[in-house]
Amino acid sequence: MPLYTLNINNNSFEVEVNKGTSLLWVLREHLGLTGTKYSCGIAQCGSCTIHIDQKPMRACILTVENFAMGQKILTIEGLSEKGEHPVQKAWIKTQAPQCGYCQSGQIMQAVALLKEKPKPSREEIKSYMNGILCRCGTYMRILEAIEIASEENSAIN
Amino acid sequence: MMRDTNINKSRREFLKSSTGVALFIGMSGLLPSIVSCRDSKKIEKTLEKHNITAWVRITEDGDITIYNPAAEMGQGSMTSLPIIFAEEMDAEWSKVKVEFSPQEVEIYGSEGWTPGSKLMFTVGSRITKSNFPLMRQSGAQARHILMYSAAKHWDVPLEELTTDKSVITHPKTKRSIPYGALIPFLKTPKHLPKYSLNELKKTEDFRLIGKEIPRVDIPDKVNGSAKFAGDLRMPDMLYGVLERGNLHGAKPSLENEQEILSIHGVISLLPFNYAIGVIANSLEVALDAKSKLKIKWSETDATNFNSQEIYNSYENIAKDASTGKIIREKGNVNIEQNTNFKTFVSDFKNDYVYHAQMEPLNIVVQVIPNQQRAEVWVGSQQGVDPKLGIPDLLGYPPENINIHLQYLGGGFGRRSMNDFVHEGVLMAKEVGPKPLKLLWTREDDIGYGAFRPLSLQRLKAVTGINGAILSLSHCIIGDGGNLVASGTRNDHYDIPNELVEWRETKHGIRLKHWRAVGHGPNKFAIECMLDEIAADQRIDPISLRKNLMQNSPRALATMKKVEEMSNWTETSSMDRAKGVGFVEHGSLGSGVCEISVNKATGEIKVHHFWVALDAGIIIQPDNVKAQIEGGIIMGMSSVLKEQITIEDGRVVQSNFHDYNLLRIQDIPETIETFLIPSNENPEGVGETATPMVACCIANAFLRLTGKHLRHLPFTPERVLDALNT
Repeated sequence: MPLYTLNINNNSFEVEVNKGTSLLWVLREHLGLTGTKYSCGIAQCGSCTIHIDQKPMRACILTVENFAMGQKILTIEGLSEKGEHPVQKAWIKTQAPQCGYCQSGQIMQAVALLKEKPKPSREEIKSYMNGILCRCGTYMRILEAIEIASEENSAIN
Repeated sequence: MMRDTNINKSRREFLKSSTGVALFIGMSGLLPSIVSCRDSKKIEKTLEKHNITAWVRITEDGDITIYNPAAEMGQGSMTSLPIIFAEEMDAEWSKVKVEFSPQEVEIYGSEGWTPGSKLMFTVGSRITKSNFPLMRQSGAQARHILMYSAAKHWDVPLEELTTDKSVITHPKTKRSIPYGALIPFLKTPKHLPKYSLNELKKTEDFRLIGKEIPRVDIPDKVNGSAKFAGDLRMPDMLYGVLERGNLHGAKPSLENEQEILSIHGVISLLPFNYAIGVIANSLEVALDAKSKLKIKWSETDATNFNSQEIYNSYENIAKDASTGKIIREKGNVNIEQNTNFKTFVSDFKNDYVYHAQMEPLNIVVQVIPNQQRAEVWVGSQQGVDPKLGIPDLLGYPPENINIHLQYLGGGFGRRSMNDFVHEGVLMAKEVGPKPLKLLWTREDDIGYGAFRPLSLQRLKAVTGINGAILSLSHCIIGDGGNLVASGTRNDHYDIPNELVEWRETKHGIRLKHWRAVGHGPNKFAIECMLDEIAADQRIDPISLRKNLMQNSPRALATMKKVEEMSNWTETSSMDRAKGVGFVEHGSLGSGVCEISVNKATGEIKVHHFWVALDAGIIIQPDNVKAQIEGGIIMGMSSVLKEQITIEDGRVVQSNFHDYNLLRIQDIPETIETFLIPSNENPEGVGETATPMVACCIANAFLRLTGKHLRHLPFTPERVLDALNT
């Protein structure tokens, strides 16, 4: 099996897996970074959203060999030391999560949005977040949290 | 104190060592026990073996651990139950930590479905209601033990002591001691009081219940550290997956066993009578092997069944003169006809829907044959058997089965069915003592799902001379008994004659409770029928309901409140209309939504939702509001988008590309919830909002267009059809 070196959360990880293995399984099952969740496996729900070189992507459809060339991979575990990222704080303030399973993906997508567009309109938020499903129906609070984080945007970037 | 319970001294144990000190206050059935312990490892071990049972642990520095006996699937029990306990214990909340209790029903069970029975089962919105008395009693008893010890320590009468936020005070001598500092002086009372209701805190003295206390599970859910069962990894862990097909109950014949076994990393194949299991040393290998299985499937009872063509036959069943199984009868619906009476008959239909919990089913199990023992890490809604049927499955003693409850990535009724637990146990047994992680893919989760049944409700109402509703007949056609028949009670409407009957069909499709169960389809039918009558009589739908609710003041209050909140009497703009509905599911809820319809595309847009809720005493107001918001969104998703269809017995949908859930672009501008103040016992809130969505939308549609929506979901095609009738 080939050996891949991955740059995840500013650390270097080595992993020996078959070519074609999804980045999601590498993160979760081989490296123990389980904050990134599996839910659909076909990039329809966004529970596995991570950042590759600051862009939000669905880990379930990425294969490991294409992301072992020094790309910066960021997962929820690398977003902040203790959950103190402004987006995470806003998530706590609005008590957004219910079951919590989709929330890593929601947060990673929201962080990417505010990096791209620090002051998004409500419609822009909805459009950017539309790929991330939540079954518990926490969307109202997710929207509110992003607006709160956006207001404190000076702290981001 | 009403009654004393003797403490069984043989159960009392004092364990000591040189490290940390902990106090256990617990109950073993009716026999409480206290254990002071200095060996935390020993405590953990003893707890794990369930030799000691306990609700709360206090350390000398005042840290308090309270055990939560319920599953946490997003509904907030991990916080709300410990709040109730801490309220009566008078604990300092900032020092409270919460852990899942062991799954020991004799100790941690709350009252089940029959008086005196005990149950650990997170279903039917029963958790807050059933645990409220238990958590109060146990919390008050914990406080008593601490006060008893302080009284002995200071040699003063216990009655002279007061408590506040983890501190005991003797006002006469102006002495105080924090709970934690009492540990070296702990004494066991000879009797543990059983408190009567009037000896517990008065509602006006609550300082935790009813306050805005953040949920304890949320910080870990935003930093990625919250553990769901599928997140666990163990040394030497193997992976299991199953191919179950999408024809429910079909028997597999594997045609390429050798080819699969030759895949590097595949450990073994395990045939089930409805699936082929693959065990491999990595998840990716297991999934790869699963995709390569060549399986021939048998035909089943579901073969030839086409769900979207079945409704004609259901209408014929509804026409049959003979009555089905009587679910409920009140008065006599066969009232003598009068020429001034008017009869209304309508059919309401609903397609299958799927739970779509974001976390597909999974479990980690370690079976240790030579110890006759199993360790099970699972996100389960628990069960009538607190050991989830595993002792019978393995033939091991129940005390050797340790269920380690994990967070649930959504339940909605799916995780009260333990099929996936049994699969995981049987596969782990195959490779024991190595642990095994079983994962259902999303395709497995949908294709072999267990759905809310398809059904048809034929409602017949008769109104009298003055327009009053004299009778309501409700005939349900569908598979699944209570799954289709729940939610037909109209206890809060004064209708003198009612008949609810169920006519059974069978299609061989797996079925399961789905959030609010039969309330979804049945409230849709009942509440729409009321609006059809109101429209015919040209009276206001809320006025009609308020008249029916005259003898149910609590329900009436919710209806009046939602009328006010939604500015009901104010006319909406030309292209919008409001619709109303009422649901009882433990708590009582009246809802109003405002919608518009795109007449070109058939898309319905929900702009606002207002809900007035009476749930008795509210433990966590903001969390209740979150449940209502989530319930409305899930309701909108099912009503506007979701549809499982069956063709020739096979489930057509396979993932989120063809099973559509509501996305953030479709949410209303506002969802406003008002909680009616109350001192009544708490009632569940998780399933009251979801069933009000269908009727509110359909009733708004009727007022906007004069047309009826009577078939769930309201897809754009069906909306256009309705507009064109």
